[in-house]
Amino acid sequence: MKRKNKEPIQPKKQSNLRILKSFLRGSIHLFLISIFASLIVTLANMVFPKIIGVTVDSVIGTEPITSPFIQRIVDFFGGVEFLKTRLWIPALCVLATGLVAALFRFINMHFNGKGAERLMRTMRNDLYGKIQRLPYHWFTQNQTGDIIQRCTSDTETVRQFISEQLTSLMRVFILIFFIMLFMFSVNTTLAIVALASIPVVVGGSMFFYGKASKYFTQCDENEGKLSAMAQENLTGVRVIRAFGQENKERERFERQNVYYTGLWIRLSKLLSAFWAYGDFITALQVMLIVVLGAVECVNGNLTTGGFITAISYNAMLIWPVRSLGRMLSGMSKAGVSVKRIAYIMNSEEEKDKPGAVDTDMRGDIEFSHVSFAYDETPVLQDVSFRIPSGSVFGILGGTGSGKSTITLLLTKLYNLKPDSGEITVGGVNVADIRMESLRKNTGIVLQEPFLFSRTLAENIGITREEYSMTDISAASDAACLSSAVAEFTKGYDTVVGERGVTLSGGQKQRAAIARILLQKTPVMIFDDSLSAVDAETDKAIRKSLKENFPGSTVILVSHRITTLMDADDVIVLENGRIAEEGNHEQLLAKKGIYAHVYALQTGKTEVI
Amino acid sequence: MAKSQEKNEAYVRLPYFGLGKLFPYVKKYGKMIFSLVLLGFIGSLVDIIFPLFQSYAINVFITQETLHGLLWFILAYLGFILLQVVANAVSTYQACAVEMYINRDMRRVCFNHLQTLGISYYAQNSVGYIHSRLMSDTGRIGALCAWTSYDAIYHFAYIIGSVSVMLSLNAWLALLVIVLIPVAVLLGTFFQKKYVAYNRKVREKNSVISGNFNEGITGAKTIKTLVIGERTNREFCQDTSEMYRLSVKANKLHSLFMSVVVFLSMFSLALVLWRGGIITQEGVIVVGTLSVFMSYAQGLMEPVQWLISAVSSLVNAQVNIERFTRLMETGSDVTDSPEVIEKYGDAFSPKKENWEKVEGEVTFRDVSFRYPDGDEYVLEHFNLHVPKGAQIAIVGETGAGKSTLVNLVCRFYEPTEGQVLLDGKDLRERSQLWLHSNIGYVLQTPHLFSGTILENIRYGKPDATEEEVIAAAKAVSADGFIRKLKDGYRTEVGEGGDMLSTGEKQLISFARALIADPAIYILDEVTSSVDTVTEQIIQETVSELIRGKTTFMIAHRLSTVRNADVILAVRNGKIVERGTHAELMQKQGYYYELYMCQFEEDRVARSFDREETV
Repeated sequence: MKRKNKEPIQPKKQSNLRILKSFLRGSIHLFLISIFASLIVTLANMVFPKIIGVTVDSVIGTEPITSPFIQRIVDFFGGVEFLKTRLWIPALCVLATGLVAALFRFINMHFNGKGAERLMRTMRNDLYGKIQRLPYHWFTQNQTGDIIQRCTSDTETVRQFISEQLTSLMRVFILIFFIMLFMFSVNTTLAIVALASIPVVVGGSMFFYGKASKYFTQCDENEGKLSAMAQENLTGVRVIRAFGQENKERERFERQNVYYTGLWIRLSKLLSAFWAYGDFITALQVMLIVVLGAVECVNGNLTTGGFITAISYNAMLIWPVRSLGRMLSGMSKAGVSVKRIAYIMNSEEEKDKPGAVDTDMRGDIEFSHVSFAYDETPVLQDVSFRIPSGSVFGILGGTGSGKSTITLLLTKLYNLKPDSGEITVGGVNVADIRMESLRKNTGIVLQEPFLFSRTLAENIGITREEYSMTDISAASDAACLSSAVAEFTKGYDTVVGERGVTLSGGQKQRAAIARILLQKTPVMIFDDSLSAVDAETDKAIRKSLKENFPGSTVILVSHRITTLMDADDVIVLENGRIAEEGNHEQLLAKKGIYAHVYALQTGKTEVI
Repeated sequence: MAKSQEKNEAYVRLPYFGLGKLFPYVKKYGKMIFSLVLLGFIGSLVDIIFPLFQSYAINVFITQETLHGLLWFILAYLGFILLQVVANAVSTYQACAVEMYINRDMRRVCFNHLQTLGISYYAQNSVGYIHSRLMSDTGRIGALCAWTSYDAIYHFAYIIGSVSVMLSLNAWLALLVIVLIPVAVLLGTFFQKKYVAYNRKVREKNSVISGNFNEGITGAKTIKTLVIGERTNREFCQDTSEMYRLSVKANKLHSLFMSVVVFLSMFSLALVLWRGGIITQEGVIVVGTLSVFMSYAQGLMEPVQWLISAVSSLVNAQVNIERFTRLMETGSDVTDSPEVIEKYGDAFSPKKENWEKVEGEVTFRDVSFRYPDGDEYVLEHFNLHVPKGAQIAIVGETGAGKSTLVNLVCRFYEPTEGQVLLDGKDLRERSQLWLHSNIGYVLQTPHLFSGTILENIRYGKPDATEEEVIAAAKAVSADGFIRKLKDGYRTEVGEGGDMLSTGEKQLISFARALIADPAIYILDEVTSSVDTVTEQIIQETVSELIRGKTTFMIAHRLSTVRNADVILAVRNGKIVERGTHAELMQKQGYYYELYMCQFEEDRVARSFDREETV
């Protein structure tokens, strides 16, 4: 199979870190503000237990204040005796810290969210823009579903990694640092107990997630299997019914359903055991703090207020520490996603040669000794022909004769390899022409045209910034589309494409033709694009082309003689080589392929 | 299709979030749910008790400066810790299990129900739509039954418990804390409502962006040749900016709510410090009690916030419940009557001993038919007698409605009026399974199931021996290529048969039909998606296969139908001509037109292949 994700070696490969850094432009400062705000929140959270502790000890109780720093603050508010009758003052201080905490919590969350969304936008825009600049063959080598996966779920993983894991990680470290700082200032023993529990909890959960990851994968895989089984059943419903296999299907689904459930039940046992472990360690740690704190108080090493403060600090530590292990083990997942995105960002773009020139495509088009191969299979071999400007040129050929490759080469969707001939427009090699000007002046209608999920009018007018409905209907008339549009209740406002009405092959082709007509290009290529319309419509379209675009060069690729009959020059392609060339009369006289096909299609056997 | 899905979405709102509809699924796990609720309640109560230990430590050990009784204190504390750890472990396990079991049961019931629904349901609803009902709605509902209720109980118990403890310690001080709960609930409900609305918009925009990626990739060739890359890029950036705007707004609401919660708990803490401090000075309460109050004041807001989000997930799950219920309540438009089931059995337990042998004589008697979602009759008073072994061809352009007759013969649909008879008996007098066991059906796009080739062929006759399978494969000229595969008949065909070419898959599906030895064959455009060489092979196989069997053949390529006993030409859903090939050609009508047009194209295509020898 040729559609595979080969990851070819790319020149100038950017490192994953560089790409990540580039994605972070415009959002890094938001994340920094957010982290700074979380620092303030942490500080505020450190301060209020202290206020409460001092108030309980010295204002409500009778403990003397030992720290000169706190003494100075208390004095600032009028001294202990003054505060004893005005407890609303420390209460207001708590409220003030609460206000600060709430305000900065908002800043922290909001800026983090803003940064995350901005990062997401940058990633999406960069990826989309990049994809638009990738050469056509890249799309034939990579699977659509896989690229979309990379653009949607992998970017989501990176976003979560930056905005949740990385920032939480920093926040948790800052938190642990401050809590330890404050706790050591309260009581060394208690601080050591709190500190000692961290590695036990983190280590335990890292161990668990390391072990459990294989069970998680197993569950995911089996959910995928179950889902695929359901999908298969639903799409194959006619076959199942026609063979009376409902019962077998039921048994098959039931087996997988039960198996998958069983896997989750097993994982649930593990999960609840792990949670119990976490619960146990943290509860034990709290108990130790309470018991040891009481002992320290009785021994005179700690005040009641200090006891309450230490408990508050310890409580703040519990959840961040418990989530730490999970965050650390989730990091490897993000690495894989960054790599998958980097594959797209590092793919080589299609580029013009330096000093490439513009073209108006009004010159003669010439192929001389052109050969081309996909991978190893030769498609065109030593093909030479000339299309004078303003003429109508026909290409006749069967499936696999290489006729579409000619149009792909002319529009530079594929590029010729060196030493395999050249293609010139007005004497200039297409390799030296800017892609944009070449394509802008060349209209092409494909055999299976692609319509966008928009209204018909928008689809037809897509090459123009502004258009009037008169333009649209004129183009539709010329493309014989108007009568079909009249049948839609919403007319030109009918949404088509993937999220809209499905048009028939002929309607699609005519819509694509109307789209090209509005583009008014000097060169127009119809790549087997009249195959799904009937002979009469085909004729009408060609007639209106002639009337509306007198000076344009028209290239018609077809297997229908009537389409090519009026062309100034026709080449007949066979197995990648030109078998015959000439106008209608000349070709008939040759009594070759062309004449044979003509006889078949018209029923006039006398020419052979 | 789109229309009927809209209908589904507009399903009437169920009372009480549709929870009543879940009762049958939940009932079975009543004991487990009761136990997890009870254990959750215990775990939560212990959470309320922990601060009391703290207050005991202050009031007894610290204030009285004694360590007397510390051992008992530790033992009691440890006891409660163990109680909570066990309660939590068991209840979280049970919550997981209840979720998984309910999911499993709902999926099973839903899947089995889908096997009985009429083909018309599948025609009106996309596979993606049905698949999400079966897989994701059931998942959400299971999670709701287990976790949301568990969380709700846990937090509700905490709120009730701590409020009671506070009230018993000091009613006035307790009121100061409690009064903030309704404030938090009101604010939370307000924010949550807006947040949910924004989130919905964000999700919608997100799917638009995924669609844009899809378009940018599948339409790359067109975008390049039209040189509208800049434009699609710009429009994409507009979409992502809109997405950015919406999600930042949603995030802002959420952040605001969270910081309000932070502020409210600090506010109640300050209140407790102030009023509580005063009454401590007055000697109404002791310092330890004050510290308990402060713990509760700080800890109360989080459960409140949790309760609010539990309610909003219930609101979100309502849609899932409604859609699921809607599917389960959809009846099949083709069902066997109780008498028929009595005699022939149903799809899951057939009574094969009562099945009659089929000859294959099919009669349409005054049949009028209209599709359930269509307004127009596509058949009106249609009569056709197909003797045993006759061949009926149905021709017409793509999308002209050629499948209608076949749908009626297979009883995928029933006639609106009139009867379809098989061997002189109305199809409705026999079971669907009996009918289907006697029909060999080959589709335009061959559908294989994941599994080996052997298993796929055996699908037509589950008890077939390997020799029979090989014989069937030989009969359809598939044996040759199968043997060339690495694992021969035991080659995995991959999901949807991705490993094989369309032609190969088609041959296997022929073998599958052949091995069932049906009385009636239905061939639905069997050669339209294969290349010329394979077409030749299939063509030859088919004529061998169907000799002497009643055959309905839908064909796009007319060269295949010339020998049919009756040709029906279909245009815009209606049968416009009928007769033999010779009759229709002589008539020079629609069939003639179709035939000439295609004959020309076929010859043209072939002339390129032959030209080398000319």
